[in-house]
Amino acid sequence: MRRSPGFRALQYLFALLVFLFVVSPVAWMVITSISIHRDIISVPLKLIPRQATLQRFRDVFTNPRNEIAHAFLFAMRNSLIVSTLVTLVSLVIGSLASYAFARLRFAFRSTILYFILFTYMIPSVVVVMPLYLVLSRLGALNTRPTLVLLYLTMSLPFVIWVMQGYFGSLSKTYEESASLEGCNRLQVLWHIYFPMARPGIIATAILSFLIAWDEFFFALVFTSTLDAKTISVAIAEFSGKHYVDYEMIAAGGVIAALPPVLVAVIFQKYIVMGMTAGGIKE
Amino acid sequence: MTRKTLVIAIVLLAAAAGLFAAPVSINALFMKQAGYQEEDIIGGTRDFQAAFPDINVNLTFVPYEQLEEKIITSAQAGSYDVVLSDGPFTAKFAQAGIVKSVPALSAADAKDIFEGALSSTMYKGKSYGMPWLNDCKYLFYNKKILQAAGFANPPKTWEELAAQAKVIRDKKLVKYPIAWSWAQAECLTCDYTVLSAAFGGAMFDKDGNPTLTAAGNKKALDYMAASLKDGISNPNSLEFTENEVDSTFIKGDAAFALNWTFQFAEAQDASKSSIVGQAGIALIPGSGSVRSATVNGGQPLSISAGSKHATEAWQYILYMASRDFQKKYPKNALPIWKSLYDDAGVIAAAPDVVKIAKDQYSYLVNRPVVPFYSEFSTDLQVRIQECLQGKKTSDQALKEVQAKALELAARK
Amino acid sequence: MHDLRRQKLSEQGFAFLVLLPAAVVIFGVILFPLGTTFVYSLQNMELISEEKGKFLGLLNYARVLGASWFWEALGRTLYFTVVSLAVETVLGLLIALLLNTRFAGVGFLRVLVIVPWATPGIVTASIWKWIYNPEYGVLNAVLTRLHVLAEYRAWLSDPFMAMNMVIVADVWKMTPFAVIFFLAALQFVSASVYEAATVDGAGVFGRFWHVTLPALAPTIAIVAVMRTMEKFKAFDVFYVMTRGGPANGTKVLVYEAYLKAFTNLQYSIASTLSYLIALLVLGLTIIYVRALKRGDAA
Repeated sequence: MRRSPGFRALQYLFALLVFLFVVSPVAWMVITSISIHRDIISVPLKLIPRQATLQRFRDVFTNPRNEIAHAFLFAMRNSLIVSTLVTLVSLVIGSLASYAFARLRFAFRSTILYFILFTYMIPSVVVVMPLYLVLSRLGALNTRPTLVLLYLTMSLPFVIWVMQGYFGSLSKTYEESASLEGCNRLQVLWHIYFPMARPGIIATAILSFLIAWDEFFFALVFTSTLDAKTISVAIAEFSGKHYVDYEMIAAGGVIAALPPVLVAVIFQKYIVMGMTAGGIKE
Repeated sequence: MTRKTLVIAIVLLAAAAGLFAAPVSINALFMKQAGYQEEDIIGGTRDFQAAFPDINVNLTFVPYEQLEEKIITSAQAGSYDVVLSDGPFTAKFAQAGIVKSVPALSAADAKDIFEGALSSTMYKGKSYGMPWLNDCKYLFYNKKILQAAGFANPPKTWEELAAQAKVIRDKKLVKYPIAWSWAQAECLTCDYTVLSAAFGGAMFDKDGNPTLTAAGNKKALDYMAASLKDGISNPNSLEFTENEVDSTFIKGDAAFALNWTFQFAEAQDASKSSIVGQAGIALIPGSGSVRSATVNGGQPLSISAGSKHATEAWQYILYMASRDFQKKYPKNALPIWKSLYDDAGVIAAAPDVVKIAKDQYSYLVNRPVVPFYSEFSTDLQVRIQECLQGKKTSDQALKEVQAKALELAARK
Repeated sequence: MHDLRRQKLSEQGFAFLVLLPAAVVIFGVILFPLGTTFVYSLQNMELISEEKGKFLGLLNYARVLGASWFWEALGRTLYFTVVSLAVETVLGLLIALLLNTRFAGVGFLRVLVIVPWATPGIVTASIWKWIYNPEYGVLNAVLTRLHVLAEYRAWLSDPFMAMNMVIVADVWKMTPFAVIFFLAALQFVSASVYEAATVDGAGVFGRFWHVTLPALAPTIAIVAVMRTMEKFKAFDVFYVMTRGGPANGTKVLVYEAYLKAFTNLQYSIASTLSYLIALLVLGLTIIYVRALKRGDAA
């Protein structure tokens, strides 16, 4: 297909605009994180600062005396642990459950599936107060396992919904022949099914990681110390009663954005595959 | 049984009792990055634990904005025993049973605390907290700009301030002489509390009945609207919180600003401020028969309703609020005790501020002490902003707030 | 016969076993709070009320549905949802079309496009708030440098403007989601269909209108409905950027519920509101499912 040169030019222009739109806020965040306060609040603003400082990043990683910054590292650790656990557990429980929805017949199959989808749509505000009471009675406040459990309620429905769509679209022939050869259900599941569905599983894993990493409200209410505080809460803490430290937020933002961005970028191929199946098929 | 055996038996019993008296552990919730520094509180707590070895205190520090949520969730769950509350929360928390009532202070102590600070912890005659962090707003002015405009002294009335501002604007010394914190947030209610009191108005009367349509309130709102229209107030004030007012002032972009104590330290900080040595701090102006008025930004220490160790919690609170503790760290937070304002150490820590504070604190006005304060404050903020944006007249706005306040007060 | 029946039972049993862990987590954690919240919505659970605990039946629902603040918040939520969704969908589609063609740097651009979506929501909201800063924001700086603006202005101080600026921030973060969906769907549209259209004399625009768009219709529907539900849940961006202001301009339903619960201590009203939101979402879920069924048939 040949395209007119005019159209081509338009495409490049659009591509440039998209590039600028996507990149500028991120670039500004990076610049803010390495600027000194005087420069960043100067008018007229110099987009490329004259002076750059890596002090904030150094504080986060090496200066235990700057408590706020150093606490950030702990928050990062918590986020990584929680998000990874949520992803792993969602995958195991979720793929089992979605296999059931995709391949098995049982009573109330549709109803249960739609109900699960419904729980994904509930705003967190609804469930916070009673949850807080129960968890506090169990002495489970401000712990990482609690966060994992709470995030599971968000990521499981999503995982199940997307994966059951994906599994549903896979070909049945291998399973059927394996069944005929005498493999029981579990063996079919493990040796045939999961390897075949691997791209979808990876895609869902990434999406699940992003959901957990992104979450803010539950972490805000249910954590209070570095034992379980996540990055979202840590970043929100860079504002005090009378001031907002935008430069520190930017530095924190740069660090906090790295893992999910890396994850998304490395596996972007699989994300496309996973999204398609979950959304389009039923 | 010989007496000797009896004595031994008693001693053994006492020892056993001593072994069984396990230390009580209490949790305390404080705020970070404002008021006392974390090291100050940690140091004070350590001293407390040395003096009271049976009580162990676990400290948690959260940003100011998270205090309310944590206190509320702690009420049933008992997550914290001692909590740092805020003046406007008292009525709401008392009525809802979120904090416990505490013993009244001795007459001598009560007299030594600024009246406004003490009354902010009272609701329906009972006390629900101990004043701890003291703060109020002051009038900050840029000495250099005022002198360049030909004014040797800061204004004493709001009318005088407006006149000075107009001169400053006409001489093009600053584009918008006054910076306010009028964003739709608590800061707007704070500023309005100051202005309405300065003009002789009040939002609620002594019995808790709303009096929004009083003349003084209207004068205050008219003053605010006029200052925007006349171009002497920064129009971005509608988006400013105290943080932005501070940034604007220390950059030298404002001649006048109402703000909390922290702005003075910021103005002297060479790494942030462009006006070191030029910041002046003065009594907030009044109008007519009112000499001055300021809003109480103090925060009391309270005991959470879910606490199982109220006695120990109260002991800890009294210790942290004691003159000894507050005397040690005046640089970060001014004491609640009137007598300490004559203390040489306190004065030396912040001479300019302490001098004014002693005077200013006697004009402390509290934001309305009603249980529906949060909802009322939000409605007030919205109506004031609508008026300042020119969408409503001041009469209309105040009438609507009055109606809303009546509705809230009538709700069972 | 006997074997088949046993086979069926074991399938049911296996399904039960395999679903159990998920059911325990989801229902165990969510169902109880949902139930409690429902009970609250039928009582007077205003903490500052003297009649706390009184059973009210559906009175709270009537009160909320009759309150002007509810409909105003609903209006704002709908505006936020419809506008941000429309922009995301159109923009997402255009970008997907762009990324579906071959040109120098397309691979790089594909990777870059994911970055906004992978940035945590709190970070996004904070950075955009900083960009909009009326005194030092970079948006002001750039626009005045380009002489689009005469001088710095405030972006979040007018209710309507603030809502639109929040939409810009949310669109920035979530458009990549739509892009990915559409990109995948585009790759299913077979090349032969395109060729047939070209042979028939259709130009670029004609091809798009008559071939691509109809083929994408089910995907568009799915993206729209799925994103709508997430828009109703949007909280972080409002919490960080505007706190519901100015003049309530960005107070959407979920934020109202948060304020009612945590600031006003009106648990019953907050619970009622939450259930109403949930019912709205349920209505949308049904639409979602119907759209999927139609998409399947297509």
